[in-house]
Amino acid sequence: MKRSVWNRWNACWLGLIIVCYGLLSILISTGIMNNIYVTVLMGIGINIILAVSLNLIIGITGQFSLGHAGFMCIGAYASGVMMKQFSSSITGVLLGMLIGMLISAVVALLVAGPTLRLKGDYLAIATLGFGEIIRIVVLNLDITNGAAGLILQKVVNWPIIYLFVVLSLVIVVNFGISAKGRACLAIREDEVAAEAMGINTTKYKIEAFVIGAIIASVAGSLYAGSFYVIKPDMFTFTKSIDILVIVVFGGMGSVTGSVIAATAIGFINIFLQQFAEIRMIAYGLALVCIMIFRPGGLLSTKEFTFTGLWKWMKKRRVKA
Amino acid sequence: MKKFFTCLLVFALLAGCSSANGGGNSNTYKIGLHFELTGGAADYGNAELNGAQLAIKLANEKAGSAKYEGVVYDDLSSTTEAVTIATTLAASDVVGIVGPATSGASAATYQISNDSKKVVISPSATANNITLVNPDDASSPVFDYVFRVCFEDSYQGAAMAQFAYDHLNARRVAIYGDSTTDYAKGLTASFTNQFNKLGGSIITTQYYVAKDTDFSSVLTNIKSMNFDVLYIPGYYEEAGLIIKQARAMGIDCPIIGGDGFDSKSLLDLAGADALNQVYFTTAYTTAGASDSLQAFIDAYQKEYHEEPSMFAALAFDATNLLIEAIESAGSKDPAKIQDALVNIQFDGITGSFSFDKAHTPIKSVLVVELVDGVQSGAISVSPAIE
Repeated sequence: MKRSVWNRWNACWLGLIIVCYGLLSILISTGIMNNIYVTVLMGIGINIILAVSLNLIIGITGQFSLGHAGFMCIGAYASGVMMKQFSSSITGVLLGMLIGMLISAVVALLVAGPTLRLKGDYLAIATLGFGEIIRIVVLNLDITNGAAGLILQKVVNWPIIYLFVVLSLVIVVNFGISAKGRACLAIREDEVAAEAMGINTTKYKIEAFVIGAIIASVAGSLYAGSFYVIKPDMFTFTKSIDILVIVVFGGMGSVTGSVIAATAIGFINIFLQQFAEIRMIAYGLALVCIMIFRPGGLLSTKEFTFTGLWKWMKKRRVKA
Repeated sequence: MKKFFTCLLVFALLAGCSSANGGGNSNTYKIGLHFELTGGAADYGNAELNGAQLAIKLANEKAGSAKYEGVVYDDLSSTTEAVTIATTLAASDVVGIVGPATSGASAATYQISNDSKKVVISPSATANNITLVNPDDASSPVFDYVFRVCFEDSYQGAAMAQFAYDHLNARRVAIYGDSTTDYAKGLTASFTNQFNKLGGSIITTQYYVAKDTDFSSVLTNIKSMNFDVLYIPGYYEEAGLIIKQARAMGIDCPIIGGDGFDSKSLLDLAGADALNQVYFTTAYTTAGASDSLQAFIDAYQKEYHEEPSMFAALAFDATNLLIEAIESAGSKDPAKIQDALVNIQFDGITGSFSFDKAHTPIKSVLVVELVDGVQSGAISVSPAIE
């Protein structure tokens, strides 16, 4: 049975997207959410895009990658260089974004071929090394201004980031529930069994990896347009770990979890800002507690869906 | 549910704490202290926080002056975090901001602070033209509310060229510099430029890569040439070994460098015998300290039980500069404080200065001489740059 795109569940999602946007713009225009929260919101948006794209690789396909900061770096520098060389406006960012996506796709393809045949720890180490290669290349190029990095203008505002958050969520969620996504889930659960069922495991792994890389590069471009400075030392593997923390915190395999975790971590961070001394301790403690009480992350592999909500409400009505 | 309420209670308590100290009387000036207290640049950030807090403490002890209060923020050595903190400070009631320590984090905050009219004084953002709206273009306008108390990287190289030409009577210089840091590249470029302008000649420019340990082949090559002085733009880690190997090889001419030499480790690496006729540029030295500098060193040691570093001294100056500007403006009006800073003639422990068009101090660079590895005296040099 083929369902039309225009069903009521998708209408619900569209409604949610519009309501969220409306709510945010009202809060911001009335000044209830001031500049601090707008900045935090933009950071959270970029983290959501990063986490969701990594979740596609780690959570849905089960491939442990530690090179995600490398792809973000490609996108950031593509946009940064375009802003410097071409036009210091949103056009520069978007043009750089396209170039970054292209470079990321090519690089991800090149890397994916040999490394995705590796498993577990080996893959993690290989992708980690590759992420460092990208950073070192950027560090030594003239056009990227070496270790000092690029100082840029802020040209991206929050609705643009919101738009890209929605786009990347739509892409990743739909990939997850498509036939390809099912194949990826099968690979995550048991690669040998998946192969025995006739799934071309390498092909699907590469597809997921490339899509994840492209989305991460988009996040990098948005970062370059919103946070004034990009430097090679931002994209070390600690950045990859930061993204990984969000994914694990929210639950590997749950896109909803990644969104909630990125939001929660963003707000915990801003809340703890005034306690400079205990900040990192409290942050670490929160992570430890989550891992003890919810070993699978906040949502483990559960997702929020309107179909699920409908069923849950029906069940309650029946009970009552 | 019970857990949830416990959480809520804790949050409410914490929020209560933070709002409780929010009020303050109108005679208290709040100063934002934004530094890298954790992460990669924590060494500099913590030293600067110490220096800044000491300045605030001493100002508060002075009778009759207004009260000052430091509001401390840690940006985790991350420029993203620096942007958030700058936004927070922009919305707060601080009258001015001191910090951050590194050029990258500083650049990330300038636009925000400038837009919100919070005066920023950077203790150690030394990157060239960083106070300008477009750092790539030397003729671009300056951020009105952004100032710094350190000299630029390029100024240091030019000062050393001036010193080598005037005081060491050098006419032929060999350069052996680091090719991997912008700091060293900047020094090499500005030294070469100034030295050529004075009429000297650079006979060779060789490069090493950070973390190298054997420099003998290049040094042998250089030794066969005829030169008066060897300039090593780079950090102590390699410079120490180069000096040691050069002296062992019989290169006994003066060796000169930048403030990357300024570390106790230089002595450990090169050995006391090799460190004669070695000169380097710096913003701060304890050799031949003036009375005000000595008073600072004593107060710092009493407070923190350690020797103050250059970064602590620069932050001390930056904070005092802000306090002096607030006092001469006599109000919290940012425009008046900004105006006071533009016209200030400041006597600091790292030198007396006023600001140029780029809000960078016009101050002389100190050239320190090492005798048996000990800082024995300082000469101040002002390069003639147009």
